[in-house]
Amino acid sequence: MKPSRSSALLKRLKLGRRAVIAFPLVWLTLFFLLPFALVLKISLSEAAIAIPPYGPLLEYADQTLHVFLNLGNYLFLLSDSLYIAAYWGSVKTAFIATVACLLIGYPMAYAMARAPARWQLLLLLLVMLPSWTSFLIRVYVWMGILSNSGLINNLLIGIGLIDSPLRMMNTQFAVTIGIVYAYLPFMVLPLYAHLTRMDNSLLEAAADLGSRKINTFIKVTLPLSMGGIIAGSMLVFIPAVGEFVIPELLGGPDTLMIGKVLWEEFFLNRDWPVASALAMVMLLLLLVPIVWFHRYQSKELAS
Amino acid sequence: MGNIHKLSAAVAAISFAAAASAAHADEVRVFNWSDYIAPETLEKFTERTGIEVTYDVYDSNEILDAALLAGRSGYDVVVPSTYYFTRQVKAGVFQPLNHELLPNLDNLNPELMANLETIDAGSEYSVPYMWGTNGIGYNVERVKEILGDDAPLDSWALLFDPEITGALSEAGCGLSMLDSADEMLSPAMAYLGLDPLSENIDDIEAAGELIASVRDDMTYFHSSRYVSDLANGDICVAAGYSGDVFQAAARAEEAGRDFSIGYSIPKEGAALWFDMMAVPADAPNTENAHAFINFILDPEIAAEITEYVRYANPNSAANEYLSDEILNDPAIYPTTDVMQNLYVQAEKPQDVLRARTRIWNRVKSGR
Repeated sequence: MKPSRSSALLKRLKLGRRAVIAFPLVWLTLFFLLPFALVLKISLSEAAIAIPPYGPLLEYADQTLHVFLNLGNYLFLLSDSLYIAAYWGSVKTAFIATVACLLIGYPMAYAMARAPARWQLLLLLLVMLPSWTSFLIRVYVWMGILSNSGLINNLLIGIGLIDSPLRMMNTQFAVTIGIVYAYLPFMVLPLYAHLTRMDNSLLEAAADLGSRKINTFIKVTLPLSMGGIIAGSMLVFIPAVGEFVIPELLGGPDTLMIGKVLWEEFFLNRDWPVASALAMVMLLLLLVPIVWFHRYQSKELAS
Repeated sequence: MGNIHKLSAAVAAISFAAAASAAHADEVRVFNWSDYIAPETLEKFTERTGIEVTYDVYDSNEILDAALLAGRSGYDVVVPSTYYFTRQVKAGVFQPLNHELLPNLDNLNPELMANLETIDAGSEYSVPYMWGTNGIGYNVERVKEILGDDAPLDSWALLFDPEITGALSEAGCGLSMLDSADEMLSPAMAYLGLDPLSENIDDIEAAGELIASVRDDMTYFHSSRYVSDLANGDICVAAGYSGDVFQAAARAEEAGRDFSIGYSIPKEGAALWFDMMAVPADAPNTENAHAFINFILDPEIAAEITEYVRYANPNSAANEYLSDEILNDPAIYPTTDVMQNLYVQAEKPQDVLRARTRIWNRVKSGR
């Protein structure tokens, strides 16, 4: 090959690579970085009765550029225990739901991965099929199942097990059930992906060396599926922290979660800056597990 | 269910705003509450004026407020409730109305309009669309069964007296309050004999304590779920908007339930609210907006809407077109005695607003 042609090829390759990188870069800038910057900007401004309902950050008057950075919104979040309690409520609920998802999802994924190959596609479909109906409808169905005159209570009263209905709707219990149900596929799928990729000869080797099944599971299978456990837990935990719809529909008076508090700041207090500050803090809160996961992943790749 | 609708409505409103194109000479864009107009009203308007109507709906003031405050909503006529309206006026959301284009203004009931003097003197920016009250919806048979025939149906005690709420909830009769600081703290203050509109933090705290004392008996705090739950029998006492309770009553009847739903305006005082037709400052079709408002002020049209949505209209000339059933229903057109105890929620300073929301949140979450 002549040098000139190969350099031209190299050039085209570079161009292609750039194009490949440019697309997600533009996408992320437009749909992540820009909105993020806007929210950050509003969180640093002052609430005002105007259109839009917050003050400017920059103002040019008398040949001076005035920069207003209002940190008051962030300090305000510390002044009332409501916000901390709401963050805590969200993290707690999301954590419990994640653990529950893991406890239910792991055996499911394990059984799927161990099932005969011709069954696997069907089982996979069964996990994913429910998400073809609207998320909202599936949450509404839970209202029908859990309410005082709902499926469970009617059944229990019908067979004479209880006299008056159990109160399940509008409780933290209902919220947790709703989140576990809605996010279970996000736990099962990455776990399944990890478990099917696992090298069966390792299990055979363990068996040959006299390891019992439980021991093999704890020493071989579990560590090898750690990546799937973490990925699944992130996929459940992160959206569950900001969850608004499920607590709104299934929750009761004592359900305190950050999504709802944020909604109230925005729509009831009409304080966009404080609402934006709340959103920024939530993002920072979620960055911790994401960064941790990222480091775990790169460590795993390196080894 | 409310907030989901709110959420989707917000998205719809914002995307609509983005898509709002140049003005059409023969078009008017109306953004009104859901289920708030008679089925034939819009057709009649187009027939009479040749103006096409683009009609969108929302189901909470918050959604409309966010759309208006974000600017360039693209709507010509919007219908916020009084207490949101005043703040929006201050933010410069609306344009003054041209009274020359509104000859039907004379039809409005002057006594009722006196309530709006502090809100919008002389109808400078707005004309009331419909009005109503916030009171108590209750399951007539269940409540009487539990509390006896002398149950205080005409009092907030039904929701604020721990003995009564305790008895109701113990008997498995669910109770609910609206999830709104304004809508619940004011009645609580009225029940305590305080000024329901008090901006004094101590008064608001006292109201919060009162509600905290009955909180554990509440099934939930929600602003729309009670409509279906009253109708199903899952809830038997609910603080609610008059029209919503009527809707629950109608649904219970349609479903052939063995109970009926009643509505009462408590004697201690209750909120009187108006939904105000107003024209955004950047409305693309100002003249058509006026034509639409004037059309709604037509007595026959106003009567037709009231017959359908069962909310009272402010149009005294419309009374002759109303059926006796509606006109003599004290839940829709309250007696003058009851009217005297009603209060109109006004705009509050930011710190009072925040204090109310904060106290409300604390009470609700039981901290």
